[in-house]
Formats: sequence, C-alpha cells, structure tokens
Amino acid sequence: MHQLTIAEIIRGLRDRQFSSVEITGHLLGRIEQLDGNYNSFITVTPEQALQQAAAADERLTAGGAPALCGVPLAHKDIFCTEGVRTSCGSKMLDNFTPPYDATVVENFNNAGAVTLGKTNMDEFAMGSSNETSYYGPVKNPWNTNCVPGGSSGGSAAAVAAQLAPGATATDTGGSIRQPAALTNTTGLKPTYGRVSRWGMIAFASSLDQGGPIARNAEDAAYLLSAMAGHDPKDSTSLYRPVPDYTAGLNGDIAGLRIGVPAEYFSDDLNPQVAARVQDALKEYEKLGAQLVEVSLPHTHLAVPAYYVIAPAEASANLSRFDGVRYGHRCEDPRDLRDLYMRSRGEGFGEEVQRRILVGTYALSAGYYDAYYNKAQQVRRLIKQDFVQAFEKVDVIMGPTTPSPAFALGEKKADPVAMYLEDIYTIAANLAGLPGMSLPCGLVNNLPVGLQIIGNYLDEARMLNVAHRYQQVTDWHKASAA
Amino acid sequence: MAVDTQTVEKLAELARIAISEETIDEVGNRLGEVLQLVDQLQAVSTEGVAPMAHPLDEVQVLRADEITESNRREEFLALAPQSEGGLYLVPKVID
Repeated sequence: MHQLTIAEIIRGLRDRQFSSVEITGHLLGRIEQLDGNYNSFITVTPEQALQQAAAADERLTAGGAPALCGVPLAHKDIFCTEGVRTSCGSKMLDNFTPPYDATVVENFNNAGAVTLGKTNMDEFAMGSSNETSYYGPVKNPWNTNCVPGGSSGGSAAAVAAQLAPGATATDTGGSIRQPAALTNTTGLKPTYGRVSRWGMIAFASSLDQGGPIARNAEDAAYLLSAMAGHDPKDSTSLYRPVPDYTAGLNGDIAGLRIGVPAEYFSDDLNPQVAARVQDALKEYEKLGAQLVEVSLPHTHLAVPAYYVIAPAEASANLSRFDGVRYGHRCEDPRDLRDLYMRSRGEGFGEEVQRRILVGTYALSAGYYDAYYNKAQQVRRLIKQDFVQAFEKVDVIMGPTTPSPAFALGEKKADPVAMYLEDIYTIAANLAGLPGMSLPCGLVNNLPVGLQIIGNYLDEARMLNVAHRYQQVTDWHKASAA
Repeated sequence: MAVDTQTVEKLAELARIAISEETIDEVGNRLGEVLQLVDQLQAVSTEGVAPMAHPLDEVQVLRADEITESNRREEFLALAPQSEGGLYLVPKVID
C-alpha cells in the first residue's frame, strides 16, 4: 500500500479499495518500523493522524469530499501546527508548541488530508545536507551513508523511503529541489508569493517559498493545488487565481522551447550527471521539444549574492528568538543582556550562528553599501538574465545539483563547499522564479535530478512538461526501498 | 582572510549571541571564508543598477479595516519561559 502514489490513493479511497484509516495505519506502522534507519521524522502524530483519517473516511462516505480527503501526508517541521511541537530543527524551538496552524497546514486540513507527523530538516532551513538539525542528520534511503540533501531532507527521505506519499517542504536557495534530486523524488518550488508564508517560520523572507515533494509530477500537482493561493495573512502572497494544476498535465509539448544555459554545464558539473541530464534533453526532443541555447551570464554570482542577502534577512528574522516570549531561555540570567546572549548562544547551532553573524556584518555600518546594496544590484542582474532568456524560450533546463548525494560528514566542516551545492538552484530564488527537480537517472546507484526553471506563475506548464517526461520514462519509479 | 577577534566580538555583541573564547578563532576563520566567497561580488560593475529588494513588483491588496483576530493573550503568554500577571518576565532592567 505504501507504494501507491497520491493519485492512486485518491482513486483507491473513492473506489473503497481501502479506507483512510487503513492506509494511515499502514504508513504509521512503516514509520515506526523503518524510520530508525533514516531519521526523517522529528515528531510522529499517530493518534491525531488516525482521528483525522476516521473523520476523512466519514467525509468520503458522505460524498463531495475534496481530492486530498483522507490522503496521508507529512509536513516539514518549519510549518506551525496547532498543538503539535514545531521545532524548525532547532534546540531554540525544542519546546515550542504553536497555538495555530500555518496557512499551508490549514489548507491541507480543510481539504481533509491526514498529517502523519513533522519531518526533520536543517536547523532553521539553513543547510544542504540535513546535518545541521538539532535532532540529528537524516540518512538518504538510497544509501544511508549519504546525505539526503537539505534543508527539506526529512520530507524528501520520507517520500523516497515510502513512509509518506507526499510532503510539504520549503525552498530558500534550493531546499526543495536539491533534496528531491538527491532522493529521486519530484519537488517544486513555486513562484515567490504563490504559496502563503504565514505560519512558516521565516529564514529569508524575500526568498522563502513553500512547495511540495512527491513521487511524481502528477502528485506534486495535487499538492500544489491545495497549497497555493492568496492569503490575507501574508501580504506578499500573490492575488492571482490558482489553476487546477492537475488539469493540463497531459497537454502536448510539441514545439516547446527549452532553454539550455551553457553556464549550467560548467566545469563544476560531474560529467556523469551531465550525461544523465543530456539524456533527458534528448528525450524531450523526441517529444517534439526544441532545444535553444541561452545564456545566463551572471550565474556565477548567484551564490555570492545569496550569501549576503539570505544571511542579512536571517539576522533580522531570527532576532525574534530572544528567550523572552517563547523558545529556549538560558538558566539564571544575570541581566537582560546575559539572557539574550546566552539564550541565543545556547539555542542556535553553529551554522545558524554563522549566518546571523555574516548577516550582521553585511548590514553593519561601513559595510552596507559594499555588501548588502551590491548584492541587491547583482540580484537584479540575475533576474534580468532570466527575463531575457524567457523572451526566447518557455522553460529552462539543466542539472539540479553539481553531483549526486555526498557522504555524511564530507562537507560538514567546510561551509563554503556546502554552499556550492546550491550553485544551480539559488538563482531561481533570487529572481523569484518557480523551479522544479525531477528524477532523470542514476549515477553509481544514486539519483540525479533534472531541473526545470519556469517563467513567473508558469507552474502548470512546468508540471505538464515534467509529467510528459514521466509518461515516457521510468526513473521516477525507481525505488530506494 | 580570517575575521579578527575584535570584529567577531563586536558582531557577536550586535547579534546578541554568546560565543565562547575557545571557539572564537574558529568562528573568525569560517566567517573569513564566507566573506571571501561573497567578495566575488566586488568584481562585477553594477553602476546604475537599481538594487532589488524583492522579486516581484506587486501592488498591495487593500482590505477593509476590520478586526479579524480574537484575543488569545493567555495562549500566547503560556509559551513564555516566565510570565506573571499577564506580562512577560525578564531580569530587572532598571535599578
């Protein structure tokens, strides 16, 4: 039953092949039995899940239930869940139980979806390997000596290990796409503002965006349809209608213009990964698509610009964790300054501290123009590269990551090497564009991701383009389990 | 190049993060590596380019000025490490 896709579960529930209580119970049993190997969950919520499943079964019997009614899912532990501890992977929030749901969670609850639990992640979503979590690293189900990617490594691993058919995730610089690539799952980071950020613990507010990780594009389309939409509680959420993302999946893609940027096939790219991506592009040519060379000349500046902008925003966002209103407080503070300093020194891990300090540096007097202002100017140049490319093409394709999953511990001590993991994903966040990763082959039995970058609000086309590829290939069906 | 101890201490003070003396050199070295990475930005000319703070040029949606939130003071206050009489408690600030 755990091998079923979301689309198959939706059909199975409606055809009475099984109930939501049955499939929920089955997946909870699998998590209990297997997650010791992967550490993909921080909190499992069996009682609540079975209650939700029973309620969903009643709604299904009554008829007229939304598509996702009764479908078990997992939520990244960055989304606030009423009455369920939401840690963001940090000691700082180890004791934090929010009194409200994030809008994304509320949307899924209203649709009748079942929450299996909260997935592991890099602390405050800062990392590309899931090794910065206070709750220990997540292991890649394809090879438990390897990282699953990050920061949404728990969501990706849970889907790859068939502990959940789909999961929510977030992406500030690649945190949906990179773990999706490393675990043979399909992940989509929507256009900035497509999905509400309300109740999603903030890292870098002009870059953060929630999205789904699933086993294929069709399932991602179901999840995005439930997640997306304007939210009066998030002033940056887009006031645009949400299409039914499942409606256009089968559309013909003959004549599709695929932009292939030379900059995404540079010396940093593992040649075997490059070969798998080239194979995928050939497959698209067979489907009638046309490959067009495009240039994104400022690509090499995306990582440097990001590591000014994201830490700068993080240093402001994370100032809310002060040991006063919620979260970790140190023992016996001498005075208010001591309370702040030690609560934050103890509550934040090394990488989070590093990014706050980098952000503080970039925003401090005398450095603001050289760093923050400069990075924002470069951000515009990066966006303009894409605007020009999309005058000639419909989507852009390339690798999601420079190499397959790396070994646990391999890059942990070298932050800059870790940052370069996101060399191909960060630009879409800076520009606010939607990006996606889908499985396109294996190298040494480790998955490789094909990245699709779309134009603003073009998620429906990207899902169509991904789905058509998945109709003629089987890479997404390859299983670690 | 490593960030010197004095600068690390100043940043830690501004960010209100206690850093132990044993790790301060290591923190300075790592910060130096990150700053070296971001210094690549200095090589590109950005004369006349307007800074971009946000990805989308959207107009704010206006709404009627109505109260939509209920008062959940007790629930939020219950999350605080220390509170008393409906207020957050911190160490004495004024002598």
